[in-house]
Amino acid sequence: MPKPHGGKLIDRHVKKVPSGITDLPKFEINTNLAEDIENIAKGVFSPLEGFLCKNDLEKVLQEKRLEDDTPWTIPILLDFDKKEIKDIKEGDSVILTNTETGLLSILDVEEIYTFDKKTLAQSVYGTQDIDHPGVASVYNMKQLLLGGKVTLLESKTREFDEYNLAPKETRFLFKEKGWKEIVAFQTRNPPHIGHEYVQKTALTFVDGIFINPIIGKKKKGDFTDKVILASYETLMKYYYPKERVVMSILRTSMKYAGPREAIHHAIIRKNFGCTHFIVGRDHAGVGNYYDPYDAHAIFQEFPDLGITPVFFKSFFRCTKCDAVVNEKICPHEEKYHINFSGKKIRELLLNGKIPPENMMRKEVSETILKFDKPFVE
Amino acid sequence: MTEEKDDKKYTTISIPTPLAEKIKKRIKGTGFNSLSSYVTYVLREIISGTEEEPEEAFSKEDEEKIKNRLRALGYLD
Repeated sequence: MPKPHGGKLIDRHVKKVPSGITDLPKFEINTNLAEDIENIAKGVFSPLEGFLCKNDLEKVLQEKRLEDDTPWTIPILLDFDKKEIKDIKEGDSVILTNTETGLLSILDVEEIYTFDKKTLAQSVYGTQDIDHPGVASVYNMKQLLLGGKVTLLESKTREFDEYNLAPKETRFLFKEKGWKEIVAFQTRNPPHIGHEYVQKTALTFVDGIFINPIIGKKKKGDFTDKVILASYETLMKYYYPKERVVMSILRTSMKYAGPREAIHHAIIRKNFGCTHFIVGRDHAGVGNYYDPYDAHAIFQEFPDLGITPVFFKSFFRCTKCDAVVNEKICPHEEKYHINFSGKKIRELLLNGKIPPENMMRKEVSETILKFDKPFVE
Repeated sequence: MTEEKDDKKYTTISIPTPLAEKIKKRIKGTGFNSLSSYVTYVLREIISGTEEEPEEAFSKEDEEKIKNRLRALGYLD
């Protein structure tokens, strides 16, 4: 099993709320930031112990590494308005809360600093185009950043928490199962046959697969979290060897940062104890901002990442091969290829129709159609 | 290997000149744009492979909690 990123699994969760915190200034933060704090505290973002300070941020933007040379590509930042924190200075501690997640946490303010939004957008997303959702979120950030360590005191039980394993739990589980090599698969959609082939091809060469759907804020028309989890439960029940698969959710927001985010996602799975990470076509991409295989190429920059990427090109059905294949193993012309179109499957399901069985398992389709509202409205 | 002058971020190390010449030849036409970038890459690769994995230490109580949770999910007997 790989060591956690940076060498140590971070645990900044304390079981007992310390006395004397009631006098500290209190700030309500949004759910995305609250989830960042939970991920820091549980070691999902190891080796981060808090929000980035300026030196780390600059190094991440310029070199895709933390100040201590550890690979890191997505800045984890806490932004505030000047007015909101006018009485806060470096060295203070503040309480951060979030109603939706029940978060109660402490931030030890190490640094308060300004940043340039255009530089941040350009470095992380490779563009300053406001139409890019990640860039738009950067432009919506407040003027000041607060860096420093966080401590998680409390968070409430939320929907799907039974599926929400922390890195220390998955690491324990993999050891108990005797798995030495584990491949991680990230998803935001119910599985079609193409996904299943990717997963099973990778699984053939390792001991187990860790299916890790991202749960959280979604766009209108996306499948709901409930549907994604139920559809995977069904696929696992009927088509996966029980002793070879584990599913757990990841609560984090998608940044759509393409190649940089692929590295970030790999680091997260390394912290869960995975040795391999599946990177498909246009991983974490959006629109036409990235070449479909930029997210493969970026891994060459990180000989010290500590998790092995498993690159896949898209699978499709070839009528000539009469099999599910990819361009690497199929010699036939495109006219024989039928792509697993997520859009087409979605349209059929939207109209209450079962997609063809060579696109999606019947049991999976039926599971989805049992939901009155399988899509986000 | 003194291509960067920022004292805070970089340091100078010495390697035998013939080795440096061999590396320079070898990196021609590759993605490495300098001797330093090549040596940095190789050293990062080596050092990441030699670090020890720390052992997880759980209290009995924590271990039992984790086991119960994993049993409830059907992952442990």
